Amino acid sequence: MTRMRLLALDTSTSAITVAVHDGSDVLSSGSVVDARRHTERLAPLVEDVLRTAECGADDLTDIAVGTGPGPFTGLRVGLVSARVLAWSLGIPVHGVCSLDALAHGAVERGLVDERFVVATDARRKEVYWATYEPHGSSARRLTDPAVCHPAALPQDVRALAAVGRGPALYPESLPRAVHLFDVDAESLADLAVRRISSGEPMPVDALYLRRPDALTTAERGAR
Amino acid sequence: MSTADQPLVLGIETSCDETGVGIVRGERLLVDAIASSVEEHARFGGVVPEVASRAHLEAMVPTIERACRVAGIRPSDLDAVAVTSGPGLAGALMVGVAAAKALALSLGRPLYGVNHLGAHVAVDIVEHGPLPEPTLALLVSGGHSSLLLVPDVTADVQPLGSTIDDAAGEAFDKVARVLGLPFPGGPHIDRVAADGHVTIDFPRGLTTGREVERHRYDFSFSGLKTAVARWVAAREASGEPVAVADVAASFQEAVTDVLTRKAVDACRREGVPHLQIGGGVAANSRLRAMAAQRCEAAGIGLRVPRPGLCTDNGAMVAALGAQMVLRGRPASGLAFTADSSQPVTEVSV
Repeated sequence: MTRMRLLALDTSTSAITVAVHDGSDVLSSGSVVDARRHTERLAPLVEDVLRTAECGADDLTDIAVGTGPGPFTGLRVGLVSARVLAWSLGIPVHGVCSLDALAHGAVERGLVDERFVVATDARRKEVYWATYEPHGSSARRLTDPAVCHPAALPQDVRALAAVGRGPALYPESLPRAVHLFDVDAESLADLAVRRISSGEPMPVDALYLRRPDALTTAERGAR
Repeated sequence: MSTADQPLVLGIETSCDETGVGIVRGERLLVDAIASSVEEHARFGGVVPEVASRAHLEAMVPTIERACRVAGIRPSDLDAVAVTSGPGLAGALMVGVAAAKALALSLGRPLYGVNHLGAHVAVDIVEHGPLPEPTLALLVSGGHSSLLLVPDVTADVQPLGSTIDDAAGEAFDKVARVLGLPFPGGPHIDRVAADGHVTIDFPRGLTTGREVERHRYDFSFSGLKTAVARWVAAREASGEPVAVADVAASFQEAVTDVLTRKAVDACRREGVPHLQIGGGVAANSRLRAMAAQRCEAAGIGLRVPRPGLCTDNGAMVAALGAQMVLRGRPASGLAFTADSSQPVTEVSV
């Protein structure tokens, strides 16, 4: 059996982040923080990271992608890229909730040692969030991903150590900032490898958490 | 198998609500696969960008897959990939651009980011053969109404005029709403008008007096739309029945009269005896008939692709991409972005 060559990418936070993983280690990775230029930056970064790993596109065996939640336009750039790459190369694509990747990264780095919250920028003065606890060398999610105004977070959640850009944007609601802002594809890749080996389902559906912002003609008439 | 003069090119179009994937070999169309989200937009009474973008994401791989299957090719057979880089809805364009980059990257093939309007012109190459150079193009859709002089569709497209307010297709949508017809308005007005008569003389924008001097090749459909709305409101206020078929026929007549009159005038004045019509409104039966009649009378050669290639589609992007390859134009690389307001003069990025 040939060795795993997993390409991981995420565009759900302000970072465009890419890594290649061989099943036990990260071979190469790269990230750029540029919240509004996912379309320009992702493909060249994938090329760079593949080159550094001395891995051709057709050497890849798996694709892993962060499925959000995250600002929609950027999120879709990562998802459509991952799905098309996988289809074109004839290899599987695995989805990972992007908040899980951030939580895993926080535990991997030893930044948290008790229950914590991941809160990322959902724009419109809201955060995407979920709570976690360290579990071995990874994180276990305790609540489903959700979106709300930071001030509307439950009181006990606001008191937790907070990973992501949420605490930097809304320190009054999330005062205990952990210094880890964006998804890192190295963590995403590591988490994906673990889930693939455990046979966990990994759907690649976008986690939008909000319906499109428009009224039907019937709803307009009712106003 | 491919040869230099018959490049196999896949084109992706996502500038509005159609996910289009077309494949051409040189100047021959192999497949034009479309997934439309128009029915999802109908309940909103117009295209909702976020709804369109979500639909593009879900439709992308299935549509590419279907196109390759129907054409009987593997992705690795492709010589190049092309994609609409603009103009259009930013979020929708980005789904197509990202998909095209991923495809090109996975195959190690060149990628061409091309102009949506240029692609509407180029599509007729796969329908009716090489374009006369120069050709004059009238592009009319829900987002655009333009008269273009096209010396070279891969490199030199010159705007002569465009709408100063609503696009022609937009006027169809708005008038359809006034008449209680569903979205999108174009096909419904065309259908209803077939049973009506031209009984009302609605205004023809920018066709008289000094307006012609200032806006010879420009269009205006906002006044026409308002005139129709007022006419209908007045009938309703006085309790008279509204002859929907006659209003539709009269409105359609006014739009097509202005479009064809200005297009033929442009051909004459620019000394270009070739007119090509494209864009969704070019699917309108009255526009096709009137253009045929007026071009024949004026000695102008008219080309209009079949209706399915007039509306947004992937074949047009593949067609322009193949021309870029054939004429040795530089590829776009992987670092460009979608440009929602890409000027028509920027044929490729």
